[in-house]
Amino acid sequence: MRSHAAAYALAVAALAALILVAFSVGRYPVSVGQLATLVLDKLGGTRPLAPMIATVVLEIRGPRVLAAVLVGASLAAAGTAYQGMFRNPLVSPDILGVSTGAALGAVLAIFLSLGVFAIQGFAFAGGLAAVALIYWIGSRLRGHDPLLALVLTGVVIGALLGSAIALLKYLADPYNQLPAITFWLLGSLASIAPRDLEVAAPLALLGLAPMLLLRWRMNLLALPDDEARALGVDTRLLRALVVAAATLMTAASVAIAGIIGWVGLLVPHAARLLVGPDFGRLLPLAMLIGAAFLLAVDTLCRTIAPIEIPPGVLTAVLGTPFFLWLFAVSRRRW
Amino acid sequence: MTRALVLWACVALSGLANAKTVPDATGRQITVPASVQRVYAAGPPASLLVYTLAPGKLLGWTRALRPDEAAFFPARYAKLPELGRLTGRGGGANLEVLLDARPDLIVDVGSTAATYVSLAERVQAQTGIPYALFDGRLEALPATLRTLGRMLGEQSRARRPADYVERQLAEVRRRVAQVPEAARPRVYYGRGPAGLQTGGRGSINVEVLQFLGARNVAAEARGGLVAAPLEQVLLWDPQVILTSYAEFWNSVWDDPRWRAVSAVRERRVYLSPHLPFGWFDFPPGVNRLLGLWWAGKLLYPDAFRGIDVRAKAREFYRLFYHRAPDARQLDALLDEPGVLPR
Repeated sequence: MRSHAAAYALAVAALAALILVAFSVGRYPVSVGQLATLVLDKLGGTRPLAPMIATVVLEIRGPRVLAAVLVGASLAAAGTAYQGMFRNPLVSPDILGVSTGAALGAVLAIFLSLGVFAIQGFAFAGGLAAVALIYWIGSRLRGHDPLLALVLTGVVIGALLGSAIALLKYLADPYNQLPAITFWLLGSLASIAPRDLEVAAPLALLGLAPMLLLRWRMNLLALPDDEARALGVDTRLLRALVVAAATLMTAASVAIAGIIGWVGLLVPHAARLLVGPDFGRLLPLAMLIGAAFLLAVDTLCRTIAPIEIPPGVLTAVLGTPFFLWLFAVSRRRW
Repeated sequence: MTRALVLWACVALSGLANAKTVPDATGRQITVPASVQRVYAAGPPASLLVYTLAPGKLLGWTRALRPDEAAFFPARYAKLPELGRLTGRGGGANLEVLLDARPDLIVDVGSTAATYVSLAERVQAQTGIPYALFDGRLEALPATLRTLGRMLGEQSRARRPADYVERQLAEVRRRVAQVPEAARPRVYYGRGPAGLQTGGRGSINVEVLQFLGARNVAAEARGGLVAAPLEQVLLWDPQVILTSYAEFWNSVWDDPRWRAVSAVRERRVYLSPHLPFGWFDFPPGVNRLLGLWWAGKLLYPDAFRGIDVRAKAREFYRLFYHRAPDARQLDALLDEPGVLPR
């Protein structure tokens, strides 16, 4: 139990430290003093600062830091929930097609030459629609294990959506639309604006809040249906709730950040290595690690070169050794 | 189909009797019939050049022209069928469709890198149709037009556009040379709906800027299209922003994140005309010649004083698209918000 508390304390401290670092580094030089002045200024009247500093910190860097925290926590939470629910360590938040559906929506919007907000809207709607379709079909395939039916439906419908994306890429204008599609599919937090967060954050929190409240009951989802029913739990309802919450947070994340892999797949494992499989303890820690991890990655993405590095590349490059190290260390302890 | 193929092969062979050999831009010896009548263009830049030299010999466009694009061409050429791209990103023309169009020659204009040479060799070996590759860079255009003219048997028709491009490029160079380095503004090319992709040094997307000797702020990044972090754009603080995206141009004024950029504060963000083909970026063909005048005037107003972009456009469209735009079309092109300073 003491080691669990230590893991939590470490994760909270790491996230807090990373947030401070993330706010104070970037391509545009902002000193810690300027940052402090800005905070004091916001808290109530000291001498005003160069407007450029305020723009960089409040309009560009700040939203990006918050978005990294939000998206990282959301993807990690969704991945944790699905890995528990499907009793499968290889499951990622996209198992029910939310990212693929969102990608199809975004690619369609780019194909139609729509603007940034329409692209985000199409992505969000596409994510929700894909999961709704897969859930609806999957829960109608009777005579099979309901989870297996869902997973298989997710795989086949996901492949279908993937081929629709491929078709749109093929038809897209190769000079103009295809690069935009490629950049979107690579995922990035580079263009996060404050108003993106104003829309996406409430939607993601709307998914995160019920999941946090239900986290102790979610252990029951890992049990076979009849055992859970014997304990007096309506697994169908609970499962639908978890799917809805995970979908909401993932769709909101993907809509503003594009597809960022790895976080939803491997952060839950990292958290599980630290505190074990109990959902009540696991979920908050996974969210903290996911937030810290994506924030660290995104901070590197925007600082190490004058151009952006796609986060999907760094998540794997940094995440793989981190995960292997954690795996080795924790095995010694257990 | 088989009979058509045999027939076509006979015609092709009989044509070989009086064939000629012309080297393409990669030095490959291309043997074509003495009189090339049917030409398949592998991509948009090639379609445009073949169309300029011999509109009657172009078998089709890469993508069927949309109504707003078609309005700039004589009706019979605007209606040419869609044949697909043979090379490059999104390439996937069906070789049987290609054969069915019975071309005497396949022409591609763009990169002459080894990838494209080997692709040309493959298609040529597979179909038996000569496949010529040309350099698509702006400064190579006069030579490309002349060699292509020889290959098509249109030497005399090639002279005017080739000389024209040569004179225009020389004139642009002369005017750019008058601009001292210190008087050249820092410029950023914003691509994509959010304007956060840009072309680094050597990118074909900013060839117009390179030709104009402009101070592309993203030149420290190598290679092609890259994503630029907004903080970095603020740090570069461009004095002029050019874009081909109306969506970006429209949104940049009210976006608090862009407000601190000099170009936005001084209202020097400009949207390139895009019909029937882009003036600045895509497709990477002869259409970008007008972008030199357009961007030159925006970046170096003094050195480009007296240049009438409207007259340049009329001249260029008549010579290359075979139809001079009417006053209404020119108004629509140049009066679109953002195209020129008010």
